Amino acid sequence: MKRGIGDNGRLALKLAGVTVAMFAFGFAMVPLYDVFCELTGLNGKTGRAEVAQAAAMPVDKSRTVTVEFLASLNQSMNWGFAPAVASATVHPGEMRTVHYRVNNRHDRAVTGQAVPSVAPGEAAAYFRKVECFCFTRQQLGAGEAREMPVRFVVSPDLPAHIHTISLSYTFFDVNRTASAAGARGNS
Amino acid sequence: MSAVMVDDHHHDGPDSGIKRWICTTNHKDIGTLYLWFAMIMFFLGGLMALVVRAELFQPGLQFVDPQFFNSMTTMHALLMIFGVVMPAFTGLANWLIPMMVGGTDMALPRLNNWSFWLLPFAFTMLLATLFVPGGAPAGGWTLYPPLTLQTGAALPLLIFAIHLMGMSSIMGAINVIATILNMRAPGMTLMKMPMFVWTWLITAYLLIAVMPVLAGGVTMLLTDKYFGTSFFNAAGGGDPVMFQHIFWFFGHPEVYILILPSFGVISMILPTFARKPLFGYNSMVYATASIAFLSFVVWAHHMFTVGMPLAAQLFFMLSTMLIAVPTGVKVFNWVATMWRGSMTFETPMLFAIGFIVLFTIGGFSGLMLAIVPADYQYHDTYFVVAHFHYVLVPGSIFAIMAAVYYWLPKWTGHLYNETLGKWHFWLSTIFVNLTFFPMHFTGLAGMPRRIPDYALQFTDYNMLASIGAFGFGLAQLLFLYIVVATVRGGERATDRVWDGADGLEWTLPSPPPYHTFTTPPQIR
Repeated sequence: MKRGIGDNGRLALKLAGVTVAMFAFGFAMVPLYDVFCELTGLNGKTGRAEVAQAAAMPVDKSRTVTVEFLASLNQSMNWGFAPAVASATVHPGEMRTVHYRVNNRHDRAVTGQAVPSVAPGEAAAYFRKVECFCFTRQQLGAGEAREMPVRFVVSPDLPAHIHTISLSYTFFDVNRTASAAGARGNS
Repeated sequence: MSAVMVDDHHHDGPDSGIKRWICTTNHKDIGTLYLWFAMIMFFLGGLMALVVRAELFQPGLQFVDPQFFNSMTTMHALLMIFGVVMPAFTGLANWLIPMMVGGTDMALPRLNNWSFWLLPFAFTMLLATLFVPGGAPAGGWTLYPPLTLQTGAALPLLIFAIHLMGMSSIMGAINVIATILNMRAPGMTLMKMPMFVWTWLITAYLLIAVMPVLAGGVTMLLTDKYFGTSFFNAAGGGDPVMFQHIFWFFGHPEVYILILPSFGVISMILPTFARKPLFGYNSMVYATASIAFLSFVVWAHHMFTVGMPLAAQLFFMLSTMLIAVPTGVKVFNWVATMWRGSMTFETPMLFAIGFIVLFTIGGFSGLMLAIVPADYQYHDTYFVVAHFHYVLVPGSIFAIMAAVYYWLPKWTGHLYNETLGKWHFWLSTIFVNLTFFPMHFTGLAGMPRRIPDYALQFTDYNMLASIGAFGFGLAQLLFLYIVVATVRGGERATDRVWDGADGLEWTLPSPPPYHTFTTPPQIR
């Protein structure tokens, strides 16, 4: 009872400090989420690999994996977008290049960003891309068409019960995203 | 010396007129303001629910267009959560905590005034969205992007309203903690505090921990919409699912913010009318703390269907089920408190027993939802609607009503009309079950939530639910009448009011003087 206003003020300041820290924590969840997804392969975020790394992987000739290719567009985009082949059968550890075809049906230049996803999520960490059109933005002039490569390798560590992997890309119109300031890279 | 006496006297009573309410730093005045604010919002939010139920009385589109229907579900939720349950509990905390711990007032009285007066501005802003181009927010109170980002001019108003509500409840929480830790009378040790004070102390810590996270999340929505960031925009490298993680990291502790003070209220009322001390006081304190702790590690059970690895689903399923253990301890202790007590069934006791039975039903449906494979079927159906309305309406709302009936004679000095109180209880209980029980069945049969139309086979149950909703709504007018009548007059209440009541607030006169415990009470 005989405690002064100082006690209350100090406690209130400490608690306000906790509030500020929790506000910051909310924002810290953004990079934490990315790191967590990358480490665990959750959320279908795929891994990357350097050419040398991929070439050094032992090829597991004893089994094959079917990789299915899917393409979709965000509703605002009027592009043609499809894989050149619907699926490919590969051995784990074997490097493979496939192509996606894209053409811009707008009468103006449009910049798109492809966002990949791999299903099942469990396979995402074993699906390594060496080269991909999703690493950078794709700018297409009015009516321009392009063939875009994806070079990938499925790691030989892939769990034995996975026989099919689906790789899908969705193209988003980045002209609609006002600035690139907040953009983070796709892998 | 006499000058000092005169000066003291001057500050004894409140200012007169409207200034009393605007400038007040008195915990009783601010408690009253919070409670009346919650009452107004209760009727506004209820009206929105009745728009929803009127539309759902029959299949097909009758009264409102789907966009407005969606606005009604969204606004109903926001009003009931942030405008009714949270302010009502803060109002109870203001009125009761200083009296219960034998303090003079809240620790930070001016902050207290500010906490309250942010709310009318926040809700004016929120309600103003009904009149802006594009209409009120209609993407659900969970504000998931990208849908929520399609909101029109209402979005910034909504987000700033949430910021203000958050600031209000954080400041309220800081005040509660400072009051409980610093303003207790000598001899009022932590483990002697009434359960209501304990549950509020833990709730206040939850508020401080999670309201800022919500503020951060909605700020990201704001910058995504207007400043070109890509926190939740896949094209820019963001991820909409991340919002769900951020939101439910706030959202799950939030549901305990809405229920823990109810546990406190029930733990105060049962011993009075069973005329026995609370069974297992210590285990009640530890159970409350465990529930609060566990609430931080279960959030993803709201989003089992987004696609999670098995390990994560199992973790969140099991941690969610673990919460049933401390909750079970509480229900057990309440039943044990009543066991062989000489019980009487005045209105507060009726509401408290109604709470225990109906909240437990809501708890059980929660356990069913926690089971991952079952949740895949229940997700986003009326089964979920039935579940959370069982824990919030006959849960939190019944506890608030029990508290109002229990302490209203203390606050006003008048006894409420017991006959009308009992009518209010029975009408509310019958209609609340008529409203929400059929939703279990429609949900299990696959009726999706947040849709203004439904398949024909759900018609009968929806009609029952709508009849129940209108009955429940009308019964609350009785509640308003009882409260107003009791404030205006009635039989004089004694100081102790209830012959089984125990606690410092009952040693004060009814109504208590404007300033209480200026000399600290003796704690036995």
